[in-house]
Amino acid sequence: MTRNRTSAPRWGLRVVVLAYLMFLLVLPVVVILYRTFQHGLSPVFDALTTSDAQHAYKITAIVAVSAVVLNTVFGVAAAILLVRHRFPGRRILDAVIDLPIAVSPVVVGLALTLVYGRNTAVGSWFGRHGINIIFSLPGMVIATSFVALPLVVRAVGPVLEEIGEEQEQAAATLGASAFQRFTRITLPSIRGALAYGVVLSLARSLGEFGAVAVVSGRLLGKTETVPLYVLDLYNNFNQTGAYAASTSLVLVAVAALVASRFLRPRGAMT
Amino acid sequence: MSIKVAGVSKNFGDFAALTDVSVDIPSGSLTALLGPSGGGKSTLLRVIAGLEQPDSGVVQIDGVDATVLPPQRRGVGFVFQHYAAFKHMTVERNVAFGLSIRHKPKAEIRERVRELLELVHLEQFAHRYPSQLSGGQRQRMALARALAVEPKVLLLDEPFGALDAQVRKELRAWLRRLHDKVHVTTVFVTHDQEEAMEVADEIVVMADGVVKQVGSPDELYERPSSDFVMSFLGPVTRIGGELVRPHDIELFDEPEAGARPATVSRVTRLGFEVRVDLDIDGEEAWAQVTRGTAEHLALEQGKQIFIRPQHTRTSVAASSAPRSTS
Amino acid sequence: MSPPASNDLSAGGGGTLAVPPLTGGPRIGGGRTARRGLSGRFVVGPTLTGGFVVLFLSVVVLIPLAVLVYKSTGSGWAGFWHQVHSPFAWSALKLTVVMSLLVALINLVMGTAIAWLLVRDRMPGRQFLDTIIDLPFALPTIVAGVTLILLFGPTSPIGINLAYARSGVLLALLFVSLPFVVRTVQPVLLELDRDMEEAAASLGASQFTIFRRIILPTIAPAMAAGTTLAFARALSEFGSTVLISGNLPGKTQVAAVFIYGKIQEDSVTGAAAVSTVLLAVSLVVLVLLNVIQLWVARRD
Repeated sequence: MTRNRTSAPRWGLRVVVLAYLMFLLVLPVVVILYRTFQHGLSPVFDALTTSDAQHAYKITAIVAVSAVVLNTVFGVAAAILLVRHRFPGRRILDAVIDLPIAVSPVVVGLALTLVYGRNTAVGSWFGRHGINIIFSLPGMVIATSFVALPLVVRAVGPVLEEIGEEQEQAAATLGASAFQRFTRITLPSIRGALAYGVVLSLARSLGEFGAVAVVSGRLLGKTETVPLYVLDLYNNFNQTGAYAASTSLVLVAVAALVASRFLRPRGAMT
Repeated sequence: MSIKVAGVSKNFGDFAALTDVSVDIPSGSLTALLGPSGGGKSTLLRVIAGLEQPDSGVVQIDGVDATVLPPQRRGVGFVFQHYAAFKHMTVERNVAFGLSIRHKPKAEIRERVRELLELVHLEQFAHRYPSQLSGGQRQRMALARALAVEPKVLLLDEPFGALDAQVRKELRAWLRRLHDKVHVTTVFVTHDQEEAMEVADEIVVMADGVVKQVGSPDELYERPSSDFVMSFLGPVTRIGGELVRPHDIELFDEPEAGARPATVSRVTRLGFEVRVDLDIDGEEAWAQVTRGTAEHLALEQGKQIFIRPQHTRTSVAASSAPRSTS
Repeated sequence: MSPPASNDLSAGGGGTLAVPPLTGGPRIGGGRTARRGLSGRFVVGPTLTGGFVVLFLSVVVLIPLAVLVYKSTGSGWAGFWHQVHSPFAWSALKLTVVMSLLVALINLVMGTAIAWLLVRDRMPGRQFLDTIIDLPFALPTIVAGVTLILLFGPTSPIGINLAYARSGVLLALLFVSLPFVVRTVQPVLLELDRDMEEAAASLGASQFTIFRRIILPTIAPAMAAGTTLAFARALSEFGSTVLISGNLPGKTQVAAVFIYGKIQEDSVTGAAAVSTVLLAVSLVVLVLLNVIQLWVARRD
């Protein structure tokens, strides 16, 4: 059936789909690349090396890496728990892990503010101990963790299930302790999927906007990440800067796409 | 290093996998746990290894109560039906695993691994990954890996079950020779009576979660304690309500003392052996004779002959109760 | 379908930058390989792991959401309804739901068409298309907003200006939700048993009949799951709509942007009330996805 001559309906489908993708995906990226580089490289370079820009990159890196580390530890632990153990409430846990996919980032930000904000019981307790959560890095890390929460679990889970438990049991009969089984058998077996999950999380974390916009307070030069900085520049009619920063994030996204394509487990999607 | 299992029961939900099972396995023996699938034999093996926790009962290994010991402290070698090869490690590192987690000196590990790979004829595959080996090679690697830590007992769960017939036959003979060389107390699970008879010193027949009979292959074959054991251990046919081995039926072309008339309904030549399907007063049975006998009697469809079972199953001393072997 | 049927959907997510969407991941270890093994025996391991997992989930997800719901009803149901029914809140919610339904519908058709093209049409450049489909997942939403307003805003090089219009909002939502249906339908199409189609053809079925009677029923659950995910995503979207919508209250302001505005005004109860409505719809969506999952599981 595939080898049918290319028929009229098939051409129709191609034209419609390609036009749709062209206008929705390809052209916007082409236009922003063009706008960014239309006056050469130096304005771009200048825009990305201002102290505010540098600071935004630094904050973004700190927040994203922290959130990814947390989510990686959580993700592996949760995946093992869900795949390898049977316990009451397992299905609920499984469902709750997906919750962040369906919750609006702004709602996430608001919810965190209501618990950890300065005027709340929890927030003021931390405040008395010199730790600010909201309008500060810890809150941004928690918010980012929230939105990227399911990625590692869902990347690792199926692979963990597929490799089964026998290798771990074999290691146990050979004398390996639970820790040795984890580091020598389980972790190496899931490393591909784990790397994939980490790339997904990193891409999501670097780009998080809504939740971080709420919990950071968007304090320029203090809690502003690159995505927030883009909006600031745009609102202040600094288009060169906004386009340059956007393009830097586009490049990161493309890198993540390419990396994920290589890491994709069993990824015969061609 | 004997194994003693006493009064072990294990349920999975409503399913009773093992009910009050007691078995003694003498030091240095090669024992088969034989039975139909779902009969509890794999569960018993996993209970011995510590991969399952029994609901009640005791497991002793080498005289020490191992019931609550985790698998890594029981000193057992376990070989899985599907090899459980560490896919991310080379053959060499698979075999070395047990030694390296015990932090043995590198040189010692290298030497021991070399010996073992030689023993299982995998020397030239040391640097390959499991995915580059055949099923039989993977299983030999798994065996070497289990032997590397010098286990007190070696447990094999349907070790040849996933292999094709030819390789299975080779590995069987090889396991027997290996055991004669290494002498480690070995228990293997199989549902193949031929495999059990050929390889084991002693067979534990299990079904429905209980031990049906324990004995040497000859004992079980000659003196089965129940119709179940008899029919599980070899071909049987039924004559006048009694179970008979088809090769224990004498055929005559004249009436003989104790012989009854039968009609040949079909003659099938299977190489040296000939299968003769019989009709005895409307009941179907079959006998196995040599080619010579078949030719001598000129057996053919529709011929009237006389048959006499040599011995039918008679209840014997070997009971279904486990024997004490120590 | 082969055994990993319940994973078919998951492969969609697992296979791409897509969140292994709800559909897929969920129900990990649905008990298929539920082996009793080492699991139960090392009491310290699972307890510690479980404790950490539950603690982390509580601190990051559960407690905040619970407090949010609590605060939104802090002044009673009447207060809650008052906030939700305030003109701008209500129109923002209405716009969001209508837009999301529209987005879901368009995705259902276009997403399936794209997946079909990627799997069945040996077209040159397919690999490239397959890679860029995930761009909306990888691209920060605010950047998506900037790129879209450059192409479809006041300075549009192609002369199409959708800024500050509902069609602009629709465009942004279509962009961010694009991969969901594609990535849930694609793996199922890939695993679709060609023998079935050939059998049907040998029985005299036309191409159209084969599609309607054989292919469509097989990919329907994946289409439903992808569409549901796209709907959920559109419902909660914020970043990409901020710029192109112009946030005109009562006209182009979606719920998430409305909530953000309320937070900026320090009007927490208003923000919390609308948030709770969004959250409730999200929960319904999650339940719906689980139902779809069960539907798939039962069929195989």
